[in-house]
Amino acid sequence: MTEDILQTPLSAMHRSKGARMVAFAGYDMPLNFPLGILKEHLHTREAAGLFDVSHMGQVEIRPKSGNLEDAARAFEALVPVDVVGLAEGRQRYAFFTNDAGGILDDLMVANRGDHLFVVVNAACKAADLALMREALGESCTVEPLERALVALQGPRSEAVLADLHPDVALMRFMEVREIDFHGIPGVVSRSGYTGEDGYEISLPAGSAVDVVERILGHEEVEPIGLGARDSLRLEAGLCLYGHDIDETTTPVEAALGWAIQDVRRNGGRRAGGFPGAGVILSQLSGGAPRRRVGLLPEGRAPMREGTELFAAEAGEPVGRITSGGFGPSVGAPVAMGYVPSELAAPGTQLLAKLRGKMLPVTVAKLPFIEPGYKRG
Amino acid sequence: MLKFTEEHEWLRQDGDEVIVGITEHAAEQLGDLVFVELPEEGVTVAKGDEIVTIESVKAASDILAPLDGTITEVNTAIVETPGLVNEDPMEAGWFFKMTLANPADLDELMDETAYAEFIA
Repeated sequence: MTEDILQTPLSAMHRSKGARMVAFAGYDMPLNFPLGILKEHLHTREAAGLFDVSHMGQVEIRPKSGNLEDAARAFEALVPVDVVGLAEGRQRYAFFTNDAGGILDDLMVANRGDHLFVVVNAACKAADLALMREALGESCTVEPLERALVALQGPRSEAVLADLHPDVALMRFMEVREIDFHGIPGVVSRSGYTGEDGYEISLPAGSAVDVVERILGHEEVEPIGLGARDSLRLEAGLCLYGHDIDETTTPVEAALGWAIQDVRRNGGRRAGGFPGAGVILSQLSGGAPRRRVGLLPEGRAPMREGTELFAAEAGEPVGRITSGGFGPSVGAPVAMGYVPSELAAPGTQLLAKLRGKMLPVTVAKLPFIEPGYKRG
Repeated sequence: MLKFTEEHEWLRQDGDEVIVGITEHAAEQLGDLVFVELPEEGVTVAKGDEIVTIESVKAASDILAPLDGTITEVNTAIVETPGLVNEDPMEAGWFFKMTLANPADLDELMDETAYAEFIA
């Protein structure tokens, strides 16, 4: 952590609303608001919550040729994902991989017509920027944007945001549009990190508070901190970089194979051609030794990151929990972790060592909640 | 008589026993509780023993025995409904009752004024 903690365009506003602030990835961020993590979580699932995610990296990649396909092709050298085939106005989940097939960061990439718009994790953004400049610098300009980023999540998001601009109601899941909020230019995607319907909204830093206050002016919207953001994404089965995925986990082990389109797989027109392709493509067809799974602890005690998993009372651990806690919507503890592939089927009974005691835990299907994505 | 420890527990004398819970300040700092594990009734404890495990939405913590003594009763209502501790930490959200090995130990703890200064 650096001495000088960075402020987001909304940090001061969070304080004024009574947030408990913490340092997160070098930024002064709200952990929770006076409502508290549990109620913030439930409110997001029932109505709508507003999250500040301005700490994340927003990057524009522009092809020097003016032809977006050149940028898309260059970007495909870093990710095992179909970027060339991504239609204008669409966004896709992707990850940078290393030569061992591990994950350097996970990200969103959008086709914005004349450029690619990429959103990366806060803790990785300096390394990601260096990686993209190194790989794409010949053919593209790679520029980080100093803009605010907020997420409006929950079933009432559409009604709330449509009150600011009706066009957002027309958007489908993973669609991206430029939206004018009464003179403030926003870039809106219908996506998020909670398992609910909702939007992520990129705004000019100087006018972000204005738009956010208009959103928070709706009775149905509460400001939500990082605490509830974590329990929401955990229930939704979404990975947290540095915990559920990192340089030592492959996308196949991480159960993210769905994000690798056929065109980049063996037999596809642009198969391979990304770091670690050998490992990742062979795991896609032949399987991986371990797999990320959902885990439901028996009883009420939350099992947190680092808790060791066992196949039997005696013997060595077979895996480890990478994210875990209480799931407010599930009403019980929930977790994710890695287990050997032969123990990854839902329903498999395992044991977890908690404070010296072996407690039963069952492999479960992810997500733990029914997602509300507007696939339309 | 209400007494306080530096670990943010309150102790209220009730006949031969003291009732022990965590303060409103502690409950607020911990956030919403989701799990409580209490000691067994009848167990003898020494000051500083980790006798209660609590988990909030944020993290796990231990509650220490405030003084030497014997646990006489535990509040199973907070095991069923951990949120009671956040809603009513000084009354319905009590943790356990104990008899003290040396009742005079209570005098060493902070009174309400001293605790208010301690957390200020």
